[in-house]
Amino acid sequence: MTTNEEQTHIIAAIVEHKPGVLYRVSNMFRRRNFNIESISVGPIEPRDLARMTITVRGDEKVVEQMIKQLAKLIDVVKVSRLHPENTVSRELALIKVYSPDTRARSDIINYVNIFRASIVDVSTDSMIIEITGDSDKLDAFIELMKPFGVKEIARTGITALSRGAKSIKIL
Amino acid sequence: MVEMSGAEALVETLKREGVRVIFGIIGGAIMPVYDVLRDSGIRHVLVRHEQCAAHAADGYARALGRPGVCMATSGPGATNLVTGIATAYMDSSPVIAITGQVNRRSSNTAYMIGRDAFQEADIIGITTPITKYNYQLTSVSEVPRVVKEAFYIATTGRPGPVLLDFPKDIQTERAEVEFPGKVEIRGYKPVTNPHPLQVKKAVDALLEAERPVILAGGGVILSNATPELLKVAEFLMAPVVTTFMGKGAIPENHPLSLGCIGMHGSRAANSVILDADVLLAVGTRFGDRSTGTLDTFCRDAKIIHIDIDSAEIGKNVDVDIPIVADAKKALRALYEVLASRAEKRGETAWFRRVKELKEQYEELLESRDEKLKPPRLLRELRKIIPVDSIVTTEVGQNQMWASLYFKTYKPRTFISSGGLGTMGFGFPAAIGAKTARPDRFVVDIAGDGSFRMTEQELATSVIEDIPVTVVILNNSTLGMVAQWQRLFFDERYVAVDLKGIPDFVKLAEAYGAQGVRVGSLKEFVKAVKEAMRLDVTTVIDVPIPPEENVLPMVPPGKSLKEMIE
Repeated sequence: MTTNEEQTHIIAAIVEHKPGVLYRVSNMFRRRNFNIESISVGPIEPRDLARMTITVRGDEKVVEQMIKQLAKLIDVVKVSRLHPENTVSRELALIKVYSPDTRARSDIINYVNIFRASIVDVSTDSMIIEITGDSDKLDAFIELMKPFGVKEIARTGITALSRGAKSIKIL
Repeated sequence: MVEMSGAEALVETLKREGVRVIFGIIGGAIMPVYDVLRDSGIRHVLVRHEQCAAHAADGYARALGRPGVCMATSGPGATNLVTGIATAYMDSSPVIAITGQVNRRSSNTAYMIGRDAFQEADIIGITTPITKYNYQLTSVSEVPRVVKEAFYIATTGRPGPVLLDFPKDIQTERAEVEFPGKVEIRGYKPVTNPHPLQVKKAVDALLEAERPVILAGGGVILSNATPELLKVAEFLMAPVVTTFMGKGAIPENHPLSLGCIGMHGSRAANSVILDADVLLAVGTRFGDRSTGTLDTFCRDAKIIHIDIDSAEIGKNVDVDIPIVADAKKALRALYEVLASRAEKRGETAWFRRVKELKEQYEELLESRDEKLKPPRLLRELRKIIPVDSIVTTEVGQNQMWASLYFKTYKPRTFISSGGLGTMGFGFPAAIGAKTARPDRFVVDIAGDGSFRMTEQELATSVIEDIPVTVVILNNSTLGMVAQWQRLFFDERYVAVDLKGIPDFVKLAEAYGAQGVRVGSLKEFVKAVKEAMRLDVTTVIDVPIPPEENVLPMVPPGKSLKEMIE
């Protein structure tokens, strides 16, 4: 499976949920000259642990090094590589888009329905849309919103779990 | 449970960890700790610059194989430790650095940390990439556990420095504390036992090898694996080359020893390693100064790589048979399986070839002899000082001459800053080594440029009665840079002339040390013998020709094949 091509990879890390851990992780990536595409963090059970989902670009060798360097950090309890074909990955975006007239509004609502997104806030000339899905879906939706005028976007970065009964054993 | 202050809890834990000496400098934010240290029975060595506290702790650790401890106050005290900590990190040395920090709380402000208080520096942020781990203490009750963890992390797995940042209010606050018996860190479980299947694969490869070579790195010394290394080498009749950090892993007068590989490696070592069909590399990270260009380094050899740090395997060189384990345990397992499956090898054609190369090389070294030039001088030094003397070096030409011409016979007797290449390391490291091993003769092989960077420690050496000898190979030049300017910059010298200031004899005398300048080999020998006899801090100033190059040399970015003679 060795390939020299640059690809996007998803790494999941179970880490100590305490101050400074995000710094240690991101600083290691910077120092080793690895690029993070996105990183999302949240607490899990037990509550003194957190899960980081990190998407990175690189070839096989680079990703292997990243995983080893991550695992080496004292605060990283477990590292796992998620293979795209066996992984459910999701990202959430909030998009504030111009909707000055009823025509634009109804067009946007149409797209929102097709993409199973939802409108979470409406004002006189803009609305906020919440959309969840894989990153390609979000990209496609944002493309469609551009003609209306996108004022602001907030994306969470990818979070992911492997399919089926398999899970990351913490201890 | 017992009630004590944070400072008391720290010092008590240090005692329980067996700490006998701390190198440091006091300052405002660490005063409560020093107040407790005063009557603790732990020796404190007051250095003259915090960088040297870290280097001394490092030298102590390398000489003894036990953690060295250094201490400094907050802010500038802590930042002055940084070069020393980075040096220890690059060479995997177990150093514990303790820094004072400004108060978290004080009477008139809720928090001082983070408010740019007087002498505040974010030493946790600064040292994260150069420590194995670091802690800022957050309560008195956690002090015993955290300090114990720090020692555990520093000394197990791949050793490295750990920093403890100690806010002043926690030093003085009192609380009930408990001293844990053991350490449990869920994210840190170093693997030390080799995988039997990998050992079997390695043995298969080694038994099939026609031209096996063993490359011993600093990891062999760190895990005290010299006896196991010799058993494997002698069983296979395989030549042993070392990295610079591995110098001393095998006695350099052993028939299978060929010296160091690398930019300033020996011709024999560089030539033999490139001829290997199976390379057994132990405890090395394949650093660029050792391998030369990677696309010409052992491309056709089957590579077995033993390292306790799995991240080192495959980082620089592609490996055929990885073994993640402690060097000592892995080599022992290798030997047992080897011995159970085959007979010890006799004098193979490969061994005869190696022997021939070794003899040729020794001859070449001899023919370089001239009056008062470093090669001859260092060989004389080797003859007159005891086998177990500890040698430290500075960084630059002095270091590479020492690597090439000063033979090391025992592990932990050659101490040098290999990874970071820190000028000024050798002298304070010698002070640390002498503190660890007062029974040994300790000598710093120095250049004038490097020695100048930490020469103020003459005060420490004299006042604390830690006598070491400094041999200055004095060319009044930043010699290694001058050599590069000579060889690669068309002799366009810039910023390398040190103009012969100061007078090192007078300097030594100003500090109350012995200073002597020598003009001949005979005088040099006499001066070293005198230093050994008197056992006082001695500076031997040896003027050498400024245009002397360290040769042979592999130019940067070249293959080990391409040596300049």
